[in-house]
Amino acid sequence: MKNFSMNFRSMDLLTILFLVVAALILVSCEVKKKPTDTTQIRVTGTMDAELTDPPHVPPPVGNREAMRVKVELEIIEQEGVMVDGTRYLYWTFGGTVPGSFIRTRVGDKVEFHLQNHPDNKLPHNIDLHAVTGPGGGAESSFVAPGKEVVFSFKTLNPGLYVYHCAVAPVGMHIGNGMYGLILVEPEGGLEPVDREYYVMQGDFYTEGSYGERGLQAFDMTKAINENPDYVVFNGSVGALNNENALTAKVGETVRLFVGNGGPNLVSSFHVIGEIFDKVYVEGGSMVNENIQTTLIPAGGAAIVEFKVEVPGTLIMVDHSIFRAFNKGALGMINVTGDDDDRIFTGTQMEGIYLPEGGSIQTLPGSGESEQELASNLDERIKFGADVYKRTCAACHQLNGDGLPNAFPPVRNSDYLNADIGRAIQTVLDGLSGEITVNGVTYNSIMPGQNLSDEEVANVLTYITHEMDNNPVEVTPEMVRAERDKS
Amino acid sequence: MVILALGTYAQESSMVRVEGGEYLPLYGSLDEPVKVTPFYLDIYPVTNAQFLDFVREEDRWQKDRPIRLYADEAYLSHWSGPADLGNSHPQAAVTNVSWFAAKAYCEWAGKRLPSVDEWEFAAMAGEDQYDARTQEEYNQYILRWYESSKSFLNPIGTGMKNVYGIHDLHGLVWEWTYDFSSILLTNEFRKGGNADNNLFCGASSVGATDLMNYGAFMRYAFRSSLKARYTSRNLGFRCAKDINDLEQ
Repeated sequence: MKNFSMNFRSMDLLTILFLVVAALILVSCEVKKKPTDTTQIRVTGTMDAELTDPPHVPPPVGNREAMRVKVELEIIEQEGVMVDGTRYLYWTFGGTVPGSFIRTRVGDKVEFHLQNHPDNKLPHNIDLHAVTGPGGGAESSFVAPGKEVVFSFKTLNPGLYVYHCAVAPVGMHIGNGMYGLILVEPEGGLEPVDREYYVMQGDFYTEGSYGERGLQAFDMTKAINENPDYVVFNGSVGALNNENALTAKVGETVRLFVGNGGPNLVSSFHVIGEIFDKVYVEGGSMVNENIQTTLIPAGGAAIVEFKVEVPGTLIMVDHSIFRAFNKGALGMINVTGDDDDRIFTGTQMEGIYLPEGGSIQTLPGSGESEQELASNLDERIKFGADVYKRTCAACHQLNGDGLPNAFPPVRNSDYLNADIGRAIQTVLDGLSGEITVNGVTYNSIMPGQNLSDEEVANVLTYITHEMDNNPVEVTPEMVRAERDKS
Repeated sequence: MVILALGTYAQESSMVRVEGGEYLPLYGSLDEPVKVTPFYLDIYPVTNAQFLDFVREEDRWQKDRPIRLYADEAYLSHWSGPADLGNSHPQAAVTNVSWFAAKAYCEWAGKRLPSVDEWEFAAMAGEDQYDARTQEEYNQYILRWYESSKSFLNPIGTGMKNVYGIHDLHGLVWEWTYDFSSILLTNEFRKGGNADNNLFCGASSVGATDLMNYGAFMRYAFRSSLKARYTSRNLGFRCAKDINDLEQ
């Protein structure tokens, strides 16, 4: 008995030890386990998908289970307005460009009903980039006018995906507006935000040029040359402007589901006045932060999020900028709410800026102190030296010798000594044309100096006394007299 | 019998002789152009009024009569009654008719449906040329027609008139042909680039020089989306006749 008890106790300890180690191993295995095989996600129940017209999106999937989701999408060929005065026959999914927004979660089994309105002229199909299967569904969805076709697919990858028509010529079908977005949310859904909107860029090619009036036909040659007349958000110029602008309130987090249907151009998507706090790069799982402009490939998408902090109108553009201002790639987000000077003040001050000469420019009544007046000759010479250094030395040099062939000397200058009145006038009004100084000819231009009477008197007195000239004192009154002469 | 003969005569005068020849259709290989023997083709597509005459005599083809095997639910849906056009224009091309119904009409009229080759051969003519397929105006006309809506409401004669004097092969409605389903086209237009792949070889790589193929692509694409019992608002037909029959 005793033996047995002893063995039992040691076995107990061993068992516990074994269990602990096993648990640790199992836990680490959990961590290293591969991601869920999404093909195995079970679907529970059926629902009808709620499709929305742009720029709105259906409500988030939240926590719901994967389900069988029935989607009914109708193709309508219908005339619309590209820009005031210009009409265009759009081929649409759901009657809008871009087509209806489809919202699903990973693991859903989508039963897709594609309906081609009987009045349509052409057969169409659909390729959804969220589909794993031939043609993205295009092979199974070719449908004649007046007919409906059904196929099903399971959403295996989360992300934001483009869908478009893929009937020949594919570029023409896409170029006429047959594209839209399908969102596959991850398990548990995307993080909730305050506002979500649907924006999709597309390029359009018309026979006439931008704004040409009337019903415009698709131009295949321009499309092949990738030379669009219109580059727009949501199918027409101004679709998201003014009364159609998106809205948000200060403090809200905005999420934009942005697609690019092409058919040709890549978008440099930017919101003027905001920075993307988060970008789901190319609509996938990688999240970049603090982005100004994000690239959205043709046939691709991106999810951008930003918190709006100040009121005003934010402008969405394709930053390949001529597209924004000349072809229509411009949309608006109106943010309302209280200002916040900590973040943005608007204009704080307006003033004059005059970059002229070495003299100080001041605004009238700007509160500068009164100029110090020279009270005797020595002061005048001393103040004059300061003026000379900052105004005259640049050309006439610190020693007053000037530059050969360019600037005449003021030191020991016969020209200066001959006529002090003329010297004063030269400083005030400038001088041009041929002169001879100390036997050398100069032909240059001296600009007039913006100096006060005091300053002119001071600088000339300095020159006459300190630079080997006739030591004449020049007074402010003499300067005034010369000024009044002209 | 007399009435029928007169009727037939009247109908022949509304046909035109197409000389035929050789042509290279959208599909097929450069070494083997297709031969088309001379034939007669209706100048206009069959109208609502003409089809009304037909169903008055052959009442099994009236609206709601044919079984679903021969015509789908939308058969003659634009008419308000079995022998009543309602608001539909009598001179508009009759549409919402299945291949079976179109074939029956042509037989009643002593004629037949044209083959795809015959139809394409006659339709490659433009306003001035027998083969206008490389002409920009011809192709623009066709592409613009694809952009226009509800052309099925227009009366006959409002489409293109070609050099044979045949109207509306382009610009009005699609038209049934006898062997519309003989060209196999997969639903996926983007495969290929393979020269052996008949129709879809150029689908995704058509260049500017292949402009003429767009119009044809659309027609072949449309044809391949059809089944014989299908009806479509944009789909009508016209009849053809062998030369030999006439000369007997």
